[in-house]
Amino acid sequence: MSEVIGGIFTSHVPGIGKAIANGQKQDPYWKPFFDGFAPVHAFLERERPDVAVVFYNDHGLNFFLDKMPTFAIGAAPEYRHEDEGWGITGFKPFAGHPELSWHIIGQVVHDEFDPVTCQSMLVDHAVAVPFELCWPDAAAWPVKLVPICINTVQHPLPSPKRCFALGRSVGRALESWTGGEKIVVLGTGGLSHQLDGERAGWINVDYDKFCLRNIVPDPEALLQHDVLDIVELAGTQGVEILNWLAARGALRGSVKELAHNYHVPISNTAAATLLARNDAVAHA
Amino acid sequence: MVSLSKADAAGKRTIAGTHVFDGDAARAGYALNAMCFSFNDAIHRAEFAADPEAYMDRFALTAAQRQTVRDKDVLGMIAAGGNVYYLAKLAGIFGLNVQDLGALQTGMGVDDFKSALLSKSTTERSIAA
Repeated sequence: MSEVIGGIFTSHVPGIGKAIANGQKQDPYWKPFFDGFAPVHAFLERERPDVAVVFYNDHGLNFFLDKMPTFAIGAAPEYRHEDEGWGITGFKPFAGHPELSWHIIGQVVHDEFDPVTCQSMLVDHAVAVPFELCWPDAAAWPVKLVPICINTVQHPLPSPKRCFALGRSVGRALESWTGGEKIVVLGTGGLSHQLDGERAGWINVDYDKFCLRNIVPDPEALLQHDVLDIVELAGTQGVEILNWLAARGALRGSVKELAHNYHVPISNTAAATLLARNDAVAHA
Repeated sequence: MVSLSKADAAGKRTIAGTHVFDGDAARAGYALNAMCFSFNDAIHRAEFAADPEAYMDRFALTAAQRQTVRDKDVLGMIAAGGNVYYLAKLAGIFGLNVQDLGALQTGMGVDDFKSALLSKSTTERSIAA
């Protein structure tokens, strides 16, 4: 049987990738963020997962408004990052896991979700930056990727409750996967930030700490807010917490926080990283 | 608890200083956003830079959208249906990053905008024993 070892939740802003490329990890501005990854690196070194299932949002690399899926599941043998408009390229390619992708698709459709399935798909900084953060010195990524994209661009967005339920369904699929791999789940984006409008620069430390406090022990606490509540609380891009909720939903065992790091600001964003272990529940 | 927000004349919830990119905005902004989406390709960025007016013709931007692009009027672009994820690609051509965009939209200088973010500085770290 496969084993879902835990979850890694992290901000993914493009500026992180730029800081890595410019060798600024230990600059005073960036150090408090990057230092938060030490427990993640130790965990990954210890556990050595084979597969990463990543809940993220596309920012206009693979999907445009001509066809905007609410949920899209990658089922490709390989994924690439490409230029998102700023000339930043060079991220390593990502090996896919089509067999597991189709197993997940089968489960979520059985559970009455209606995802778009993608046998060809580009992944943007919301996948590439977290990979760089998790495996900073890898010559090639040590995990296969199953990307699951949630629309956080064009409203109406899926509700927090729906995203959490999607995660639950993906978690069921992972538990019934007989491939024998170790699987880690990632949720990327957030926390509070707003790039657009007169309120640009919005940060809400209280709401972020509410999320950090509850995402592991009581994720349902985050479901009391609807999407527009979250926009008001966390900013227009703070709705990326939907990716965290879906990832948390996929951890269905006994879940324990191992570490978290919260640092304001990086770029326009309240940055956070959280590591959680998932142990299978024992059944009599 | 969340404060009860206001609604506009059409009954849509409004959030101060915030423009929810919904179906109405997506329809109104389609041409502008389509142009910006094309800037994922460096060749297209160069074509725009060489002749912005011709490039805007190609995507059939509305007159209002064209003027906001000429004026680098970010709030105007958003009012015309622009979405910041796509607009960020146009901003890159202008040499503007998200902090420059923040400054332009809030009417602050870039240094003041950055200072306002730094004024919220905090770090919290927890590692399980």
